[in-house]
Amino acid sequence: MGVYDFFPEYEVVRNDTTCVNCRVCERQCANGVHSYHPEITPARLLADSTQCVDCQRCVLLCPTKSLKIVQSNNTYKLNNNWTKKEINEIITQASTGGVLLSSMGNPEPYPIYFDKITINASQVTNPSIDPLREPMETRVYLGSKPEKLTRGPDGKLQSNLGPHLALAMPMLFSAMSYGSISYNAHESLARASEELGIFYNTGEGGLHENFYRYGKNTIVQVASGRFGVHKDYLYAGAAIEIKMGQGAKPGIGGHLPGKKIVDDISRTRMTPEGSDAISPAPHHDIYSIEDLSQLVYSLKETTAYTKPVIVKIAAVHNVAAIASGIARSGADIIALDGFRGGTGAAPTRIRDNVGIPIELALAAVDTRLRQEGIRERVGIIAGGGIRSSADIVKAVALGADAVYLGTAALLALGCHLCRACQTGKCNWGIATQEPDLVKRLNPNVGYKRLVNLMRAWQHEIMEIMGGMGINSIESLKGNRLMLRGVGLNETELGVLGLKHAGE
Amino acid sequence: MVKLKPMSEGMVRIPSGCAISGMFSRNGKRFSGEDIIKSIEIMHDRSNGLGGGFAAYGIYPEFKEYYAFHIFFDDIEAQRRCEAFLDKHFEIAHSSEIPTRHVANITEQPLIWRYFVLPFTSHYISKMDEREYVAQCVFTINSDYKGCFVFSSGKNLGVFKGVGYPEDIARFYMLEDYYGYCFTAHGRYPTNTPGWWGGAHPFSLLDYTVIHNGEISSYDANRRAIEMYGYKCALLTDTEVIAYIIDYLHRKKGLTMQESAWVIAAPFWQTIERMPEQDRALHQYLRMAFSALLINGPFSIIVGFENGIMALNDRLKLRSMVVGEKDDMVYIASEESAIRIIAPVLDKIYAPMGGEPFIATLNGTEDGYGSI
Amino acid sequence: MRRIYVNEEWCLGCHLCEYYCAFAQTGGASMALALKDKQINPRIHIEDAEKYDSKGAEVHFAVSCRHCVEPYCVKGCITGALSIKDGVIQIDQEKCIGCYTCVLSCPYGCVAPADDGKVMQKCELCLNTTSGEPQCAKNCPNAAIVYEDRG
Repeated sequence: MGVYDFFPEYEVVRNDTTCVNCRVCERQCANGVHSYHPEITPARLLADSTQCVDCQRCVLLCPTKSLKIVQSNNTYKLNNNWTKKEINEIITQASTGGVLLSSMGNPEPYPIYFDKITINASQVTNPSIDPLREPMETRVYLGSKPEKLTRGPDGKLQSNLGPHLALAMPMLFSAMSYGSISYNAHESLARASEELGIFYNTGEGGLHENFYRYGKNTIVQVASGRFGVHKDYLYAGAAIEIKMGQGAKPGIGGHLPGKKIVDDISRTRMTPEGSDAISPAPHHDIYSIEDLSQLVYSLKETTAYTKPVIVKIAAVHNVAAIASGIARSGADIIALDGFRGGTGAAPTRIRDNVGIPIELALAAVDTRLRQEGIRERVGIIAGGGIRSSADIVKAVALGADAVYLGTAALLALGCHLCRACQTGKCNWGIATQEPDLVKRLNPNVGYKRLVNLMRAWQHEIMEIMGGMGINSIESLKGNRLMLRGVGLNETELGVLGLKHAGE
Repeated sequence: MVKLKPMSEGMVRIPSGCAISGMFSRNGKRFSGEDIIKSIEIMHDRSNGLGGGFAAYGIYPEFKEYYAFHIFFDDIEAQRRCEAFLDKHFEIAHSSEIPTRHVANITEQPLIWRYFVLPFTSHYISKMDEREYVAQCVFTINSDYKGCFVFSSGKNLGVFKGVGYPEDIARFYMLEDYYGYCFTAHGRYPTNTPGWWGGAHPFSLLDYTVIHNGEISSYDANRRAIEMYGYKCALLTDTEVIAYIIDYLHRKKGLTMQESAWVIAAPFWQTIERMPEQDRALHQYLRMAFSALLINGPFSIIVGFENGIMALNDRLKLRSMVVGEKDDMVYIASEESAIRIIAPVLDKIYAPMGGEPFIATLNGTEDGYGSI
Repeated sequence: MRRIYVNEEWCLGCHLCEYYCAFAQTGGASMALALKDKQINPRIHIEDAEKYDSKGAEVHFAVSCRHCVEPYCVKGCITGALSIKDGVIQIDQEKCIGCYTCVLSCPYGCVAPADDGKVMQKCELCLNTTSGEPQCAKNCPNAAIVYEDRG
């Protein structure tokens, strides 16, 4: 710690009375925080808090609960304008001259609209339904609905539905590339999706050859770098997602450092080992909506119109107009990613200042598409800030068909949101490619935890639906009368299309 | 636009419970409205005097080619403006005040008129079909003409409704003097005080009339979907939405009444999966194509349409409904007593399963409307 | 019957199993009280190989009694201190005279001297501890040690 540095924001506190020097903390910290010192008497473990990212790995492994991480109470002279965060960031940038990097979702104190929305329940005039006794349907079909019906010569209705994704519950795991997360994390997501009857998403990292067998539950992504894209890859998945933007970093491309492009990852991405994989900010063959439509149809032609095409965009100010354009571009599904969405690495200023909340974006898009009579042309997946089954219910009632879950899935796998993914030294074996760290995520454990979480949420969704007297998720979709705002102003209620509680 | 009193229909959503009854002659034999009055009267306790109404099919044989508009007016001024609209869009064959008698419990009635009309062909011929044109005119009056409400607009049928117990409403309209081959009746038990005549059932558009007991929990999902297809839900009632959904599926999309019922009260996926291949494909298609029109929550409805009648329960059967048959007569009611009082001896009586429509048509004709 | 199985693919070499094993033997309520400033002598050992597996990760391996169906240790025991009870090889330290025959005959190195060096100790699946189930498996953070029935 030099003179142009700052006191660590989090401190490692060890209870030396109970520590038994088992050294698990030392062995398990990839940041080298803990060190064992037999040369002093009695022998002791010491901690260097400057290296600590507060990932909680040592705290949770310590068998005598002798460790905790606390927020430092070292303080600058209090200033509501120049907060500790602002000062420290300036100190860092004055030292490095670089762009500040962070990861995971926007942590800043913007309003969380989900927390200002409450859900209805039946009383007297409409019986609530017990999901343990009655059927309760959470199955969702994502895709484009037909505008016209056709009958055969026998008078029977003919199926003219385009390709759809069938989800056992209204959740999908959002795009996280092999590279940004580990092989074991991908295996966990793939196996969980297969068991649950839902989907995971390759992100822009290609599909590892071992995972082609999970293709029925895989969404393959095509992003601006086109990494890992080839015909077999497109055919391998159940759907193809064109990534136009990401909620955590709208308008920004991706950058996977060369040191992470090792071996399998290089082969899967189809990029040279050791050289940086840079996804451009825009798709350089898409400078407007008509270009997007061409890519949509190129992908459909390539796959003989057997796969639905998803277009994923970041929630930005004119998201409703953009979504309307996408709905007319031939896409089957639109994925909206709110500004709380996670990332493996993003410029901090972008992550924390660009984009809008998913609740508002979703409501605006659903409303606009309905006004234009084209809501049925596309399915809507909302992501970026979904934290619980209650958030899912609210998102569906606002108008989503299903939700993307990224951060929640990572938390199930062990992530504690230390937001240091960009260092590549994830102590939980998730956002890392170091073999010793990757090994820490046993997919046999990981996939089970994902299955547990999804099943628990599915059950909660069923309970909430049953309480409302609804036994099928399609009757919840866009059912905004089942929601009320609490403490929202007129404009917010207007955008969300909600009444205030008590109305 | 309808006149809105404080806390009336169209301002708040009012949950309600109800009594329903319907009777239909498969041979098209016409009978007096007396029977339906008796039937609904015995279920007096299922209503609370805040709404009652009837639909009667086959009552205007002398004007059977004309759309029979029944309209509520708040005052003469509203009527004058509405008639100007009608003059501009329709040839009016006949108009008169609907005959009523004084009934002690019925108060605050609006002006109630009927008009037998045909649209001017030149107005719509290049743009849409005749029914669509008539429907749009009805929407225009109901949404844009203050103090006017068209509550019946089909051919050879009439809706009679108001605020009060259904039997009082029937006597008020002298329903026993009408002869038709199909009658439906509704007694309303809203949990709030609507006090507006237009809010009573049946809800009607063209030849469709819907009476409904229940409270649908999918209301806003259905409403927002149907509004996307060009309908305007002014009343915030479940029945209005159900009527529009049926109109949309049956008239606009060309589904048969049977298929429409499969959309509205779709079989559970677990049931669909056990079906033989062809049925499975059909049901899967209907659920996927019309997922937003699944009606959820408790309901029993009786739908009258051009050549038939359909009764349908929600798929969990959360509202009572029985069907009785005697010779060519079909009876449907919330309670068996409402059938037995008319026809003590029946060939059969049973409660249809949830989600399984009961459909009867005139002389066994098809229950579909036109072609796609 | 249920046995302990180890899988080096997932072993992180964190050595927690050794501490939980040692603690289980003490029967104490607090690991801090039981093991503070003590040299532990667990019945499970982690071998930290100076090698890397096919994925490039360091190899670690937990060594624990396999409860062989035809165990050399029991065959060789001259006092009958080692015996098989319900498939579990157990040791009666009252009978053990510390001849080390078992130590020499176990091909896996899973029988070892107790703290005093005079009698032997080995894994008994925590049957004789107050914990009820093998603590090494229960506390393994990566399911590299599992206690399960594989027939």
